Amino acid sequence: MAVATETPFHVLAVDDSLLDRKLIERLLKTSSFQVTTVDSGSKALEFLGIHGEDSSPPVSDADQLEVAVNLIITDYCMPGMTGYDLLKKIKESTSLRDIPVVIMSSENIPSRINRCLEEGADEFFLKPVRLSDMSKLKPHILKSRCKEHYHQEQHQQSDSDSDSNSNECSNPTNNSSSDNSNSRKRKAEDDEVLPQTNRSRHS
Amino acid sequence: MIMPHTHSLLLVFFGQCFRICEMWRKAADSRVPLVRQMKDMPEPNMDYSNLRRQIISMKKSLFDQGYLDEQFNQLEELQDDSSPNFVEEVVALFFKDSSRLLTNIEQALEKHPQDFYRLDSLAHQFKGSGSSIGALRMKNECSMFKAHCSNRNLEGCRRSLQKMKREHATLKQKLETYFQLLRQVGPRERAVNSWK
Repeated sequence: MAVATETPFHVLAVDDSLLDRKLIERLLKTSSFQVTTVDSGSKALEFLGIHGEDSSPPVSDADQLEVAVNLIITDYCMPGMTGYDLLKKIKESTSLRDIPVVIMSSENIPSRINRCLEEGADEFFLKPVRLSDMSKLKPHILKSRCKEHYHQEQHQQSDSDSDSNSNECSNPTNNSSSDNSNSRKRKAEDDEVLPQTNRSRHS
Repeated sequence: MIMPHTHSLLLVFFGQCFRICEMWRKAADSRVPLVRQMKDMPEPNMDYSNLRRQIISMKKSLFDQGYLDEQFNQLEELQDDSSPNFVEEVVALFFKDSSRLLTNIEQALEKHPQDFYRLDSLAHQFKGSGSSIGALRMKNECSMFKAHCSNRNLEGCRRSLQKMKREHATLKQKLETYFQLLRQVGPRERAVNSWK
């Protein structure tokens, strides 16, 4: 592991088109990101450390990844697992749900965009993606890092008090994923403030 | 009266010497055309600027005639010393992809009954690649093809495919010429994005 003086952020890019993978890789590298590209959602999940269909959490948390991933950018339209499916799986995973996800699509379909944002995508890019879009990535990475630190602190605190969040602290089964997607709705006013009691990110 | 004259004569003499030396120095410098001082530049000054003019004019015409759009400029922006052949590589990928897709579309059209869903999907991939390299005409023709698919208009698809093939061949030839010209000016000059 590199000593963190100024380690570049690491982005995982997912696209079934070789041409688009080459393009997004170049865009990201030009913007000083470290890049890994994969050609499918299932390969992405493999890389991220999720195996198989079930989304039950690993025992340890995010540092089970061999290389930390700071952001995932994925095409929407892919054969097999779509970008949306991948997004859902990521958000269902306790170890991965804090990683910001950006969706790319060649089609400007508002209902599609909304659906992705509601499922927890942080950003939606219309293809072809441009260099100017790259500057939108870092804020999401930094924001998620802040959240991570905040929740780490909360988690340490909660060890002392036992029963406050029996709901959200429960096992992250599929039941809670809908709660999570609710809490992530960007447009919902209630959730603008970080929910004090949302512990489900750390198990 | 003699003293001041001698003095000023001496000054004039040394002044002239100095000027002559300066002139020699400048002449020596200018004998080497600026362009040769750039690496990878064997061509004499005159041919190079003609070449440059040709490249700029060709690129302008590709844009004016709608073969290329702004996305092509974006690709050129991404090319630099660390990735000096980026545009050509991406374009090569496009032609490899699209040739395959054209064949698949042609085959799919000949199947009975036609699978318009699959045809649309193939055209969608084609359109995506075209859009990624700024191939405007190609992209538009793919949209036409997709529209015919939605209407299950076989004849429309067939006509559109012929157009796509023609556009494809034309674009390939024009870009090959364009890259050939670029290659003649040398990699260092090419990598510098000065063709706007």
